[in-house]
Amino acid sequence: MGNFFSLPRFSLRAIAVWRRNFLVWRKLAIPSVLGNLADPMIYLFGLGYGLGGMLPTNSAAFGGVSYIVFLASGTVCASTMNAASFEALYSAFSRMHVQKTWDAILNAPLALDDVLAGEWLWAATKATLSGLAILVVISALGFVASPLALWVIPVIFLTGLTFAALGLIVTALAPNFDFFMYYFTLLMTPMVLLSGVFFPIEQLPAAFQSVACALPLAHAVRVVRPLLLGEWPANPIPHLAVLLVTALIAYWVALVLTRRRLLK
Amino acid sequence: MEPGISSAALLVSELHKSYAGREVLAGVSFGLARGECYGLLGPNGAGKTTILRCCLGLIEPNAGDIQLVGEPVPGRAREARMKVGVVPQFDNLDPDFTVAENLRVFGRYFGLSDAETRRRIPGLLDFAGLAGKENARLPTLSGGMKRRLTLARALVNDPELLLLDEPTTGLDPQARHLIWERLKQLLQQGKTILLTTHFMDEAERLCDRLAILDEGRIVAQGAPRELIASHIEPQVIEVYGEDAPGWAQAEAQPWVRRSEVSGETVFCYVDNAQVIPLLAQLAGLPRLRTLHRPANLEDVFLKLTGRELRD
Repeated sequence: MGNFFSLPRFSLRAIAVWRRNFLVWRKLAIPSVLGNLADPMIYLFGLGYGLGGMLPTNSAAFGGVSYIVFLASGTVCASTMNAASFEALYSAFSRMHVQKTWDAILNAPLALDDVLAGEWLWAATKATLSGLAILVVISALGFVASPLALWVIPVIFLTGLTFAALGLIVTALAPNFDFFMYYFTLLMTPMVLLSGVFFPIEQLPAAFQSVACALPLAHAVRVVRPLLLGEWPANPIPHLAVLLVTALIAYWVALVLTRRRLLK
Repeated sequence: MEPGISSAALLVSELHKSYAGREVLAGVSFGLARGECYGLLGPNGAGKTTILRCCLGLIEPNAGDIQLVGEPVPGRAREARMKVGVVPQFDNLDPDFTVAENLRVFGRYFGLSDAETRRRIPGLLDFAGLAGKENARLPTLSGGMKRRLTLARALVNDPELLLLDEPTTGLDPQARHLIWERLKQLLQQGKTILLTTHFMDEAERLCDRLAILDEGRIVAQGAPRELIASHIEPQVIEVYGEDAPGWAQAEAQPWVRRSEVSGETVFCYVDNAQVIPLLAQLAGLPRLRTLHRPANLEDVFLKLTGRELRD
């Protein structure tokens, strides 16, 4: 325990927490996956065919592909972000605050660092499953260019870690479920609109383009989109580094705040 | 008898804890010998739960030493918790799981293989009076069943020491008696129990020794009978009626050692020899009803911690 600010300690004990959450998910896996698919698919088809029908095909702005193919790669990233955020906010808060599952675990020989690490990995796992489900569907529809797309899987796991860690910060601060609305309306929604999910960032005024540089989702899109279009991203390392550094710092902040909340 | 370090299941010395300048624990010391049942009694806010959280290493005291099942806490709290079972004050079973899944998942937290936990489950459920309920879903269980499942869960690692935070609060008498009977069985098996409660009958029945806490201090410590003998007159005569407070003020003095008035009830604390004369005196006052009983732990508790509400 000691200092609230000490660096995260990782141990294999976190796996027991991950497995607990996995067991709950497994009981509801099919409705859960379908639920996670429905919303992004409605957007993908609605905007992809509806709006896309009015747009020039093979426009250079969309990288020379149809709008729905352009949108599909953005949808994989946005959906991964949403799944990680929902799990780290609503589900983790429920386990921490409502069901007191974490209290029960802390009476066993696990430390809070183990519990939070397990929750973090689990939320990233669930986000990966959600992104993967969309990947499977868009591959079946022929929106994916080549097996290069398999490289997307580690990228969405990293994206999941980033947004799960950010979500856990909000959970550590939340007095109740209503608090999460602020996070979604003030941060998540602008993030989706500014990160190149629906249209290229280059369409935005210069000021907004520089804001986009600071948004983790924009960096995820920069790596995932070329991979799904069948090319290596031009310069992936800085984008992956932003995701990784954000994930690690955010996780540490979440851990400090959670220790302060629960270990007193 | 104070247990020595080698034989102690738990040793707490000079524990201090403050929150924002308010002292919650002001130098608490006690120890549990192996195989003993020890109670922490106190009004709400006396510091009972804070002591348990310190003992488990979940919060760090400002000062003081703790040895839990031979391990220093918080330094080796995790290792200590391997050998401890906890029944928390508020139910935190996993509502998404069946009875057996609750035990299996909890066993994993102690590093038990699923096969090992599966071997232990029938015995645990038998003990908790939940045999055949392996696949029952949590929302279908009654409050008493959930409490017993929480006890079974606390035993999944076969602990040396059990920490029970108000284990029977909110249960009906049948359910409470069943829990008491099971706790006695555990003591017979050689387990050590630390229990917090504000049910005096529970403490009197179960505890070999207990401590009465008030405002973060232990105000009395010992076996229940010793505490009654040393802190309070042996006999109590309760006098009820509209005129009782007036009678206590005007006439009772020569007949009683000590009296306390609460609403329309007067509690007269008397020596054995005073009982018959006092009852004879009261027999001449038909407007007052009386009840004669031996002094109990609740009398000690109220004498030491006062009758005011603690909210």
